[in-house]
Amino acid sequence: MKDQFVVPARLKKTSFVLMGVGLLTLLIGLIAFQGENATRFWAGLLQNSSFFLLITLASTFFIAATTLAHGGWQIAFRRVPEAISMAVPALAAILFIIVMIIVFGGKEHIYHWINAHHVAEDKILTWKSAFLNKGFYTTATILTLGLWIFFTLKLRNMSIEEDGWDLKPETGRKLIWRNTVWCGAFLVVFTLSVGSTTPWIWLMSIDAHWFSTMYSWYTFASSWVSGLSLIALFVVYLKKHGYLTYVNEEHLHDLGKFIFAFSIFWTYLWFSQYMLIWYANMPEETEYFQPRVWGEWRPIFFLNLLINFITPLLFLMKRDTKRNYTSVAFIAVVVIAGHWLDFWQMVGPGTYKHLVFPWYELGLGAGFVGLIIFLVANALTKAPLVPKNHPYLKESIVHHT
Amino acid sequence: MAVKNFVVGLFDDEAVLFPAVKKVRTAGYKLHDVYTPFPVHGLDHAMGLRETSLHTAGFIYGITGTTTALTFMSWVFNVDWPLNIGGKPHFPLPAFIPITFELTVLFAAVGMVMTFCYLCQLMPGVKKHIFHPRQTDDKFVMVIELTEKSNAEEIKRFLNEAGAHDVNEQRAEAGWWYGRYDKNDEDVYASPANA
Repeated sequence: MKDQFVVPARLKKTSFVLMGVGLLTLLIGLIAFQGENATRFWAGLLQNSSFFLLITLASTFFIAATTLAHGGWQIAFRRVPEAISMAVPALAAILFIIVMIIVFGGKEHIYHWINAHHVAEDKILTWKSAFLNKGFYTTATILTLGLWIFFTLKLRNMSIEEDGWDLKPETGRKLIWRNTVWCGAFLVVFTLSVGSTTPWIWLMSIDAHWFSTMYSWYTFASSWVSGLSLIALFVVYLKKHGYLTYVNEEHLHDLGKFIFAFSIFWTYLWFSQYMLIWYANMPEETEYFQPRVWGEWRPIFFLNLLINFITPLLFLMKRDTKRNYTSVAFIAVVVIAGHWLDFWQMVGPGTYKHLVFPWYELGLGAGFVGLIIFLVANALTKAPLVPKNHPYLKESIVHHT
Repeated sequence: MAVKNFVVGLFDDEAVLFPAVKKVRTAGYKLHDVYTPFPVHGLDHAMGLRETSLHTAGFIYGITGTTTALTFMSWVFNVDWPLNIGGKPHFPLPAFIPITFELTVLFAAVGMVMTFCYLCQLMPGVKKHIFHPRQTDDKFVMVIELTEKSNAEEIKRFLNEAGAHDVNEQRAEAGWWYGRYDKNDEDVYASPANA
């Protein structure tokens, strides 16, 4: 049984090439986008860093949610989401640097509420200034990022520490209890951040006049379904290379069901946000959809629905496709690309306005993918791939859907 | 359906039942059904039942619901009785989506439940022959159909060897019919059509 992951040279090379592409794009962007065009430089960075941070954080959420639900099926590959969540600290640091430069470097074309002069003249922004101000933004960002990193590391360290315990009923009970407590605490933090304020301040405040209480749930759904796809991709990769002995089509089937179900959940929120605004037809709300549905971004808006709803719905509907490693890997890539597109159309229209071919954004995305592969592969080597002392391990091995 | 001859055997434990089911299939006897007190994982595979097509039926019902909802609403608001509602267009697709969704779910759910009942031969007011009073209580009951090629005595011996007890031979209606459990259905067996 291969239980200790060794990074294959090819994977390492791929990650370095992708990171190289990302850095090169960043340099080209720095030269190409100057003056007025600098907006696109920062918007691309904001979009990519928030998207990739949230999809890796979805792994911590996966661990917390399944632990709290007393799920047993995921234990056989639990080290995979754990390893993915180990990319959170680095990505959080990148995002922090970017948003701090945007906020304190006066990048008004991204967040126009950072201009005090502007806010004083604008009634809506004056009302919102108790919430949308540099102090609150910074405090909330530091607090959420800090708590995410703390809980992510805590869950990972507990899991590794438990490998050294004796396997007894008492230690099993203790393990379940402390995991439940820490995961419960994390979920409170997660709900109050990703489920509430964080997407508002990072992304929704680009369109500072506009508001939607569904926005955070919508962002969460996007990041959660892509995060599940990311877990599925790593599981398939490890399985194809002979690791994860206990994982079989049954576990893959459940991951596929998750991707299927949460694609529909995303569509539900996508549609709910749109329909309420369409129905009420109030100018201060419809302005958000003007460039997206009736403007230049129209093709992207509907492409978004096609990739993120129609494709997974029809493709994952059959049992056989959810149980096949190649087809799950394919749809996982499609879903991640689709939700990257979703984040692009959330950031683009409010910042650089015009629809352009996203070579710069895609290049940065490649860099982030490379970084995630590098960090996750490294984290996977740090611990055995099976948490051998987990009391639910047997349940996972005999798992049958 | 028809009245057929069966050999019935009782099992106490699924651990004995599983090898017996496999032996019946390798011996080539015709397995009518196995009745269990609870769902037994993997028994359907052991019995050689094919994967159900219920989900395909569900998909078709769902699509029917989608089409019904969209066509009906479009017809009502565009052809039959066009109304100006809040200045919205006569074909307001976003407003149709929730109802379309509901009807899709309704058609799929109701259709699948009914199909499931039909496939399992369950319906209010229908009756099936009960091979043993404890067949879904605490006993596992295996029913083998007698054909021209099989011999009742041989199958009885076979079942006894496989671990069954109370092995007996029964002549019974194989399918379902309208009837009540508090009344005898002797006429089912007596009628000339079933003889």
